[in-house]
Amino acid sequence: MFDFSKELDLEAQRRRAAFYFLAPMIIALFCVAAWPLLRTIYFSFTDTSLTNLYGGEWIGFDNYLQRRELSSGRVIWRGTLVDPAWWNAVWNTVRFSVISVFFETVFGLGIALVLNAEFRGRGWVRAAILIPWAIPTIVSAKMWAWMLNDQFGIINDILVRIGILERGIAWTASIDTAMTAVLIVDIWKTTPFMALLCLAGLQMIPRDIYEAAKIDGVHPLKVFWKITLPLVRPALMVAVIFRMLDALRIFDLIYVLTPNSKATKTMSVISRENLIDFDKFAYGSAQSTLLFAIIAIFVSLYIWLGKVNLSGEGNQ
Amino acid sequence: MTRTPWEWTKLIGFYALVVVIVVISIFPFYYAILTSFKSGTAIFEINYFPVDFSVQNYITVMTGRNFVRSVINSVYISGFTVLLALFLAVTASYALSRVRFRGRSLLLITILGVSMFPQIAVLAGLFELIRFLGIYNTPWAMVLSYTIFTLPFTVWVLTTFMRDLPIEIEEAAIIDGATPWNIITKVFMPLLWPALVTTGLLAFIGAWNEFLFALTFTISETQRTVPVAIALLSGASEQEIPWGPIMAASVIVTVPLVILVLIFQRKIVAGLTAGGVKG
Amino acid sequence: MKSLKLISIRSFLATLILSIGGSMASAAELRYVSGAVGNAIEVFQTLVKPWEEATGHSVTLVPMPASTTDQFGQYRLWLAAGNADIDLYQTDVIWAPQLADQFIDLTEHAQDLSPLHFPSIIESQTVDGKLVALPIFTDAPALYYRKDLLEKHGQPVPSTWEQLTEVAQIVQDAERSEGNDDIWGFVWQGNAYEGLTCDALEWVKSFGGGQIVEPDGTISINNPQAIAALELASTWPGTISPPGVLAYQEEEARGVWQTGNAVFMRNWPYAYSLGNGDDSAVKGLFDVTTLPTGGGHDTSAATLGGWNVAVSKYSENQEAAISLARYLAGPEAQKTRTLVASNLPTIISLYEDEDIAREQPIIPRWKDVFLQAVPRPSAPTKIKYNEVSAKFWSAVHNTLSGDGSAAENLELLEFELEELKGSGW
Repeated sequence: MFDFSKELDLEAQRRRAAFYFLAPMIIALFCVAAWPLLRTIYFSFTDTSLTNLYGGEWIGFDNYLQRRELSSGRVIWRGTLVDPAWWNAVWNTVRFSVISVFFETVFGLGIALVLNAEFRGRGWVRAAILIPWAIPTIVSAKMWAWMLNDQFGIINDILVRIGILERGIAWTASIDTAMTAVLIVDIWKTTPFMALLCLAGLQMIPRDIYEAAKIDGVHPLKVFWKITLPLVRPALMVAVIFRMLDALRIFDLIYVLTPNSKATKTMSVISRENLIDFDKFAYGSAQSTLLFAIIAIFVSLYIWLGKVNLSGEGNQ
Repeated sequence: MTRTPWEWTKLIGFYALVVVIVVISIFPFYYAILTSFKSGTAIFEINYFPVDFSVQNYITVMTGRNFVRSVINSVYISGFTVLLALFLAVTASYALSRVRFRGRSLLLITILGVSMFPQIAVLAGLFELIRFLGIYNTPWAMVLSYTIFTLPFTVWVLTTFMRDLPIEIEEAAIIDGATPWNIITKVFMPLLWPALVTTGLLAFIGAWNEFLFALTFTISETQRTVPVAIALLSGASEQEIPWGPIMAASVIVTVPLVILVLIFQRKIVAGLTAGGVKG
Repeated sequence: MKSLKLISIRSFLATLILSIGGSMASAAELRYVSGAVGNAIEVFQTLVKPWEEATGHSVTLVPMPASTTDQFGQYRLWLAAGNADIDLYQTDVIWAPQLADQFIDLTEHAQDLSPLHFPSIIESQTVDGKLVALPIFTDAPALYYRKDLLEKHGQPVPSTWEQLTEVAQIVQDAERSEGNDDIWGFVWQGNAYEGLTCDALEWVKSFGGGQIVEPDGTISINNPQAIAALELASTWPGTISPPGVLAYQEEEARGVWQTGNAVFMRNWPYAYSLGNGDDSAVKGLFDVTTLPTGGGHDTSAATLGGWNVAVSKYSENQEAAISLARYLAGPEAQKTRTLVASNLPTIISLYEDEDIAREQPIIPRWKDVFLQAVPRPSAPTKIKYNEVSAKFWSAVHNTLSGDGSAAENLELLEFELEELKGSGW
């Protein structure tokens, strides 16, 4: 039993220590993230252009939604919120994120379960599955563009040889297959990330639980549903959040693979296009801000619906 | 030891699964290696097995301007990024997971929020900051800016892991009068190895592969990192893409990562000990 | 206050240095940023050596990735932030109007130099009377054709797009019936990107359908000739061109061509020497000519490419930078560049130069192609060019992939461009 006052003292001391421990991280994040972020939000309410970064004037919500009356008295609405290209990008992004993260989670967990078993050459297999993640995105995107080429692409060649396809298809060119191509590459590339995080979670589960279950003769599937999954869930939830955040912001893969296909243009791609290429810096900033807002809503929903335990209360 | 037919089927099935996973993972890389040994028009032809064995592409890359230098830069920058991220994250996660204070959830959400912003949107602001700090065109520009994606992730993963560790292991240390710093280094670090190695590795790879910041924040050829150096490999003209050298360079930069994984994979396995304490 | 003080100190130091150095000008260290392809860095060093020796200044090349979109993004950002570390930028022919505010006016500095160049190029670099950049080399595409295959099947070199369509189909069918399954009639750049704007502008212009937006700013794209041009082109994918042509950029087209699997190709001069390389399946079997015309129109069109040099207004060594820009655009450097890197010069007289004709016999032949060069509408559409181009290539790409007819898509494009134009470009 602690002396009550001593315990209080200890708590206070811990809190003070906690503050010192948190301070460097908060300062670092404020500099590299909060400041640029606030700048972008500010720009989205101005008419700033890249030609004149400091000469923008405050125009309120006009980049988002603006009511204009034509000389004929007809009223038209302008701005990102009524821009069909933007909503197309939102839909593409959401579709891409949900599908890719779903498959990555399933495959990642599967691979992690395999790697968690003991077998010869496990170290090599573990290194091998990390290769897709280790290749720089700009390179792997180009590599896949090459492999998915309709004339000298090896994917078409394989599919034709085993009789799935009659003739090579132009994966990245056709509107029907562009998204599939992007999904294939992204799932291939990022499943290792999920697998590794799941594996780290699995390794934290004590072996004796499994042994006890084995002795009791519990069916392996039941072991998975009743023991493994609940225990690995916290790690899995965190991994899914981060993959989701990455997927919603996806940029470089699409930028290299199918930069101008309207079937794959995502929010990041379209906002870059406006920020840099089209000289609509403020408009692009508004889209970036919206992207931020959409992701925030998505993640809040996920945390709320998935009942992710943020503070860890009740665990201790 | 004899096995029943059912056990044999299971075993073969298991290894078949392993083989499928490995083949899918490494096939594109294998194809890249294959391509890297080809030259000229042969690149446009499809082969499944090596036909050509020309090391010309590797010579082109390695003797190319500053390629070796950019590999060293990348190692240096990624290494420091990982150290910085882990140092900041371990201390912060300790506070976030083991100390009760008001606004803890809010702080965690905010940290998560940081990774919600598209890279392209923070680029202009970061550029201003880096010029303000006077670290433009130095490795520190990258080390600092990479914390934007390594730190939130590292903090979150480590917080989750630390929170799951039982309170008893800490209690004993507290009663012994250990300072919080000692508790982190002596009690938690040994238990956190698998998580540290995993997150460190992922942070390393993230920093190793980053392109946009590295291109924007450097101007000297001698300061550039590997992805930028690869993007700078070019054919004899604007429209030509030098597939051979690009593939050779990709192979060269991927190999160190594979070696890293092989070195640290034992540490990843070491998670068993952490579980042992819990059980 | 502080900055005032700083300036006075700086000018004081400058005076001091000047007085110590006497008549000798202080040596400046310049930085020149450019997309680096091939041995561009070595070429650049050879190129600027005489200038460095003559002036005592020095210059380093900052290499950038070959992708022009990436370069444009970077330069935009650097210029927006007033980056003083870069003195000179190598700019694409279409960038001048978009970056005009960030570069200094070279009109006066190049008074003697500009009349030597092709007037159309100087014009493309002039924005509101301000000469933004000086041309250093140019680029224009041509039609590549297989001499051997045309001869074998007794077909002529086509002079119109209709004829090309027909000949390509005949040769492709004949070759396929002989077992050459991989052969295609015509490969070009059909991906939705700037390259498609180039290709489609050539079709439209050579059909007599104008150049999307005319020099005076009128939007001309919705006309019967342009529609006819796109209608013809939309018959190609899947017949004489592989369906995947809709994802092709220059390299994919060259890949098909160089493995001997195409009868015709539309491409830039770079494919010429590569196609004659030792490992090329078409070595010695092909030739180039001007692009065809169509719809009864009599002149063909080749989209103007090429690169220029501009001086940043944030440069602290403007005088030296201007001197370098003048040197690079001048006859001496252009001749060296042509001889060393086989880039096409922008100075007219160099096409008659004996050394060039001897060392690079192909170059004088590109003059014909070049005389029919048509600029993309970057000058009239100013900062909105990229958006105009994106809308144009999307409309064309939609038409080619069968998403709406040429007439529908061009009508919609006209409306979108009118809206984008608003009260003026």
